[in-house]
Amino acid sequence: MAAEPLSTVTQATTASARPKRRGSRTATWFPYFLIAPAIAIILLVVLFPLIYSFYLSFTPYRLLKPETLAIRWDDVLINYRRLLEDDIFWRAFGNTIIYVAVTVNLQLVLGLFLSQLLARVTRGQSILRTLIMVPMMFAPILVGFQYGWFFNATVGIVNGGLRDLGLIQTPIKWLVDVPLGMISIMIADIWMSTPVVAIILLAGTLSLPSEPFEAAEVDGASPWQKFRFITYPMLGPFITIALTIRSLDMARAFDIAMIMTGGGPANRTELAWTYINRLALNDRNFGLGSAMSFVTVVVTLVFTLYFFRQLIKSRIVY
Amino acid sequence: MVASVNPRKRLNQALLNLLAWVIVLVTLFPAVWVVLTAIRPYSEINAVPVVWIPREITFEAYVNMFGGNPDMVTQAPIGRYALNSIIVALFSTIFAVALGTAAGYAFSRFRFRGHTTIFLGMMLARAIPGIALGLPLFVLFSRLGMLNQLSTLIIINVALNIPFTAWLMDGFFRTIPADLDESAYIDGASHWQAFWLINLPLARSGMAAAAVFAFLASWNEFQIVSIISRSPEGKTFTVGLLGFIQTFTSDWRGMAALSALMMIPALIFVVLAQRHMVRGLTFGAVKG
Repeated sequence: MAAEPLSTVTQATTASARPKRRGSRTATWFPYFLIAPAIAIILLVVLFPLIYSFYLSFTPYRLLKPETLAIRWDDVLINYRRLLEDDIFWRAFGNTIIYVAVTVNLQLVLGLFLSQLLARVTRGQSILRTLIMVPMMFAPILVGFQYGWFFNATVGIVNGGLRDLGLIQTPIKWLVDVPLGMISIMIADIWMSTPVVAIILLAGTLSLPSEPFEAAEVDGASPWQKFRFITYPMLGPFITIALTIRSLDMARAFDIAMIMTGGGPANRTELAWTYINRLALNDRNFGLGSAMSFVTVVVTLVFTLYFFRQLIKSRIVY
Repeated sequence: MVASVNPRKRLNQALLNLLAWVIVLVTLFPAVWVVLTAIRPYSEINAVPVVWIPREITFEAYVNMFGGNPDMVTQAPIGRYALNSIIVALFSTIFAVALGTAAGYAFSRFRFRGHTTIFLGMMLARAIPGIALGLPLFVLFSRLGMLNQLSTLIIINVALNIPFTAWLMDGFFRTIPADLDESAYIDGASHWQAFWLINLPLARSGMAAAAVFAFLASWNEFQIVSIISRSPEGKTFTVGLLGFIQTFTSDWRGMAALSALMMIPALIFVVLAQRHMVRGLTFGAVKG
């Protein structure tokens, strides 16, 4: 493909007016010149570590034991074999998929509801919009601390509130029992991330043209029908944006989970990342940790790639 | 509107407004509770049943935090962490926005070999969890003798924030008519001049949005910093928070006090720039 400004391609009719001399001479290198610094730093900080951890995944490397930092050719796939046999890893892996599926879907539903509610508010809409953004500025690690404390069985306000309302007599062990531990972490994540989804969908809703709604009004459509057959389909690109942003930030759930339960007790709330973290840092088993993190990264990337293909498809329209 | 004349519709609207306010305030409750906890005595915080309405206000937690209490032997150098966080977040934001804007402009205006591949690759770089990168980066930077340095944290944060910035700016530049570039070229401008003199001044609000997101992400980054920074000189607020909690295992008030402190710069940024943020998130989907 020839390197030339997009606009000249789309405006074929004005092509003759294009200053060919200067434009095309510099255009071959100019975009690369703009991108190069960004690429360089990403290669250093992201690609290099990935390649390195891919290498490590074939070694029996243990932290602080440099002599283990070589591939054992007699048993190259040692970590991948162990990984396949590791029940805890697969349970954590399954937990991660359930976790992501449940939180993202709930965030989408709640965000959609919230955005439709806020779009119809007539008093103080801009104040509400600002207030709802407050959870967005919380560090995930703070959210973890905060909710770990709220769900604490003895001093937490969740049990405190339920007790005061007379709903429970004995404290519920939120962070210990199955499946409450997982649910507690999900609630924290949903609190932190639903506003992002809501804000994107609100901006989308407010940008929709009014004609279809006026036409529906004339035809006597109910509010639900207007939402179902006009708002929802037209929000499509915004839903894709929201899902893409969420898919990029998914791994930040690790901060929350690590602080709230650390995967415990007895691996009950284990997510792939909490397990890898413990293996690599506490047990110092870098090789196996790298293999697991590589498998997880590949799955994450496949998901993200899917969303981005959708996003790029919807963007080409413009 | 006609709706406001009809009393039943007016009642419905009032109920809807009320519902929205109630839901938003309930959402905010956890944040409010943290701030309240920071300024209450222990007797109220650990009370069973819960003391919902504060009876007494005290700034003891902050006095303790800044070394005002000689009884507390171990002191976390909060001032140092705060300064580190500010330096790292500010410089990371500046560089990430500069490099990300340049990349975003290239993606939005030019067709070149590898356009889609590079764009996708960049976005995927953002999706890789910090912990997958943290361990190899630890090895890399320890070989380079660059652990515990703020410049290392800045380099890492810049790389982590470029993809999202480039994505936002790509969307933003698409909202600026390319005709402007065309007329600049006709007047004999170079590509650099078209970028620097024509597009960049128009992109200020987009860069503001990108800056807020980059600042928040750098300010809140935890995973990689916790692996790279092992000594107090190189630690930021988020990592300091962890140490603080481990030292005083059940000091919920100390945690709440530090959390409230950490939220202040983020809060200021969000309030000042919330309009830009909302628009920023939907660049490329909404025109204009």
